[in-house]
Amino acid sequence: MTDLRPAAILGGNRIPFARANGPYARASNQDMLTAALDGLVARFGLQGARLGEVAAGAVLKHSRDFNLTREVVLGSRLLPSTPAYDVQQACGTGLETTIHVANKIALGQIENGIAGGVDTASDAPIAVNEDLRRVLLQVNRARSVPQRLALLRKLRPTQIIPETPRNAEPRTGMSMGEHAAITASQWEISREEQDQFAVSSHTNLAAAWSRGFFDDLATPYLGLQKDQNMRPDASMESLARLKPVFGKDGAATMTAGNSTPLSDGAATVLLSTDAWASEHRLPVLAHFIDAETAAVDYVHGGEGLLMAPAYAVPRLLERNRLSLQDFDFYEIHEAFASTVLATLKAWEDPAFSRDRLGLSKPLGPIDRSRLNVTGSSLAAGHPFAATGGRIVATLAKLLAEKGSGRGLISICAAGGQGVVAILEAA
Amino acid sequence: MKVRVPGLPAATPLRRYSPDQPLVDRPVLTGSAPGARIDLRWIPLAVTSHSPLAGEGPGEGSGPWSAIIFDATGITDVAGLSELHAFIAPAFRNLRPCGRLIVLGTPPEDCTDPAAAAAQRALDGFIRSAGKEARSGSTANLIYVAAGAESGLESTLRFFLSGRSAYVCGQVVRVRPAKTPPTADWTRPLKDRVAVVTGAARGIGAAIAQTLARDGAQVVCVDVPAAGSALAEVANTIGGTAFQVDITAADAPDRLASYLEQRHGGADVFVHNAGITRDRSLVNLTAENWSSVLAVNLDAQLRINETLLARNVLHPNARVICISSTSGIAGNRGQTNYAASKAGIIGMVQAMGPAMARKDMTINAVAPGFIETAMTRAMPFATREIGRRINSLNQGGLPVDVAETVAWLGQLGTAGVNGQVIRVCGQSILGA
Repeated sequence: MTDLRPAAILGGNRIPFARANGPYARASNQDMLTAALDGLVARFGLQGARLGEVAAGAVLKHSRDFNLTREVVLGSRLLPSTPAYDVQQACGTGLETTIHVANKIALGQIENGIAGGVDTASDAPIAVNEDLRRVLLQVNRARSVPQRLALLRKLRPTQIIPETPRNAEPRTGMSMGEHAAITASQWEISREEQDQFAVSSHTNLAAAWSRGFFDDLATPYLGLQKDQNMRPDASMESLARLKPVFGKDGAATMTAGNSTPLSDGAATVLLSTDAWASEHRLPVLAHFIDAETAAVDYVHGGEGLLMAPAYAVPRLLERNRLSLQDFDFYEIHEAFASTVLATLKAWEDPAFSRDRLGLSKPLGPIDRSRLNVTGSSLAAGHPFAATGGRIVATLAKLLAEKGSGRGLISICAAGGQGVVAILEAA
Repeated sequence: MKVRVPGLPAATPLRRYSPDQPLVDRPVLTGSAPGARIDLRWIPLAVTSHSPLAGEGPGEGSGPWSAIIFDATGITDVAGLSELHAFIAPAFRNLRPCGRLIVLGTPPEDCTDPAAAAAQRALDGFIRSAGKEARSGSTANLIYVAAGAESGLESTLRFFLSGRSAYVCGQVVRVRPAKTPPTADWTRPLKDRVAVVTGAARGIGAAIAQTLARDGAQVVCVDVPAAGSALAEVANTIGGTAFQVDITAADAPDRLASYLEQRHGGADVFVHNAGITRDRSLVNLTAENWSSVLAVNLDAQLRINETLLARNVLHPNARVICISSTSGIAGNRGQTNYAASKAGIIGMVQAMGPAMARKDMTINAVAPGFIETAMTRAMPFATREIGRRINSLNQGGLPVDVAETVAWLGQLGTAGVNGQVIRVCGQSILGA
């Protein structure tokens, strides 16, 4: 074992995020991740380099993509002898891959690596009907022709209907939006608050694009030059016109405007040791300090599906002897505006802090002007596994621009999980 | 795609450069008038004739010649010019296809005696006419070598002898004394040099990036973020890096400078290639179309140069090359904005030359004529065909022809060429 050396974040590359069935409708996960990776290779001059590893993943994945990331590496400009593997932790995937690569670098197991993620809601895997699949597998196992014929008589017209992926929790049958609506109502998050939050996301993202902030973070793909979902002119009035889509009639506050849209996209992040970075004259933007993952029992435990980060952050803060106010930037993934607002409210709530978190006093409020300062998923879109890479690279650059300070990342994920991390300016 | 037009002569495919070619593959006829200053003995396969006036033309051998080089630097009067005629006239017909006629002179402005200045300036008219008479892809060019610059001539002579200068004809280049570092490997003259190319995502810019990389440079490919996809492809193909920036942004020069400092410790070659057209007749030209063309094509170059120099980003022996256009020399209907910007580049290069020379750096402009690109492919058939044909080589040039000229000006060995405009136009009748 060598001494721990926090991994350096050198930069990132993503393709602009598209709305589902938009410009990337015909692009596969492999296509998009390859584009993002090759853009990163071009930015950092990594052609023909053998890196320590590439870790990435997708939430919605075809069965043929069992080795997605390795296939992407083989089709990229990296040396084919660069190892790769897939990770899947729902919307936490992109940050989880960063943790993997950063930890291996910190341990001295690898000198450099790329983390990332990709998702398509357009080119979704559609599976054969479950009944049909069972019959076909039985036919495959049958030993004689009569047996096979007998089985084939079980085929029914209804079996043509395919299995499509659903944005629903397997154990509750409820969509993520329905779960979030429960949380929003429990924490009494108003429609107005949510819409205001969504407006800031669009305004901040648009301002970042127009000042060239993404010039070295994104590379156009298939003609799309900026995040397609972004509405620079989003306003309270325009959002107020949208009808609620999640939640019960009276308390329904969640609309398409304050929820993330289904999206397509890919993102990558380059990490290394400080030594490797300086040897290659690559400026270090930030260091990856620590990370924590939490999960909640949203099935029987009475906690909201997307509330796990509320538990992960205090544990991470305690381990690092930090308070919630010790950060210059907060990057809280905007699955829904209400999710972010409920999480912030929970951290300020004495009862929640005492009863759920076991803390003597709440974490307290944050300076909202430091939250998602260049926009986040509400405006940019949220291709599930790509969001982590987008946020890590964005925060690293924000810290590099400021030249000092510390940032907190918090990402909620399906299955009642949450992945959070701390970055510090180099 | 070139179209063979019935009734028009077919253009000779030009000899183009690749690093594995010999400089010349057949004998080169060299000769000189009395008082000549240039040592040409290093030229491979050189055949020297010292008695051109004897009446029987070149002595040993009679060609065909890969090139004819005549050192006229010592000619000081009209009578002396007869030697030029007597030497070249009989040999000219024996120039091989894609051959080279190169005449070396003394800059007329350096001659104090009017007769000498007249004789030297006469070479200019001679070479331009010879270029028009040269057949089958051959070219004629004149190099004025100032006193004291004799040893700094090799990169320029190699350029004009080789396929690098395929589409350069009727040009007059001046080589002046300058600190000229040695070139270790002529097949990789840009080895270990950091080169920046703006507008590198496509067309001429992509060809420049590829050519500089082939010659050994580490290339930083710059283009607007919107062109990032193609830019990444170019960078990945040549093992360079992609840097997305809108060069007209207020902070672009500083961002570029910081990037070059951090990633490369500075830059050795900077190629200002990015340019746009917004063609309209003058009466229909909007203020927006005027200012956007001037901003990208001219103002960005001025601002970037100012920052690179102020922040000492350019290394010693740096080479700055600015892409102008024959439109900027001759003018072009519908291009008052574009031609103004491209002429402005020439003004900038000429003004900066002396100051750059004092820093052992150079700045030059390259003015392409009709080059086969997506832009010229989109022209109406007749306009395009005329543009292609109205030059001594009877064809359009390729992006690589511009790139080769840029690469030559980017070499360490080309220290003596400064503040000049080199046209890559096949000696187009426009802008002569």
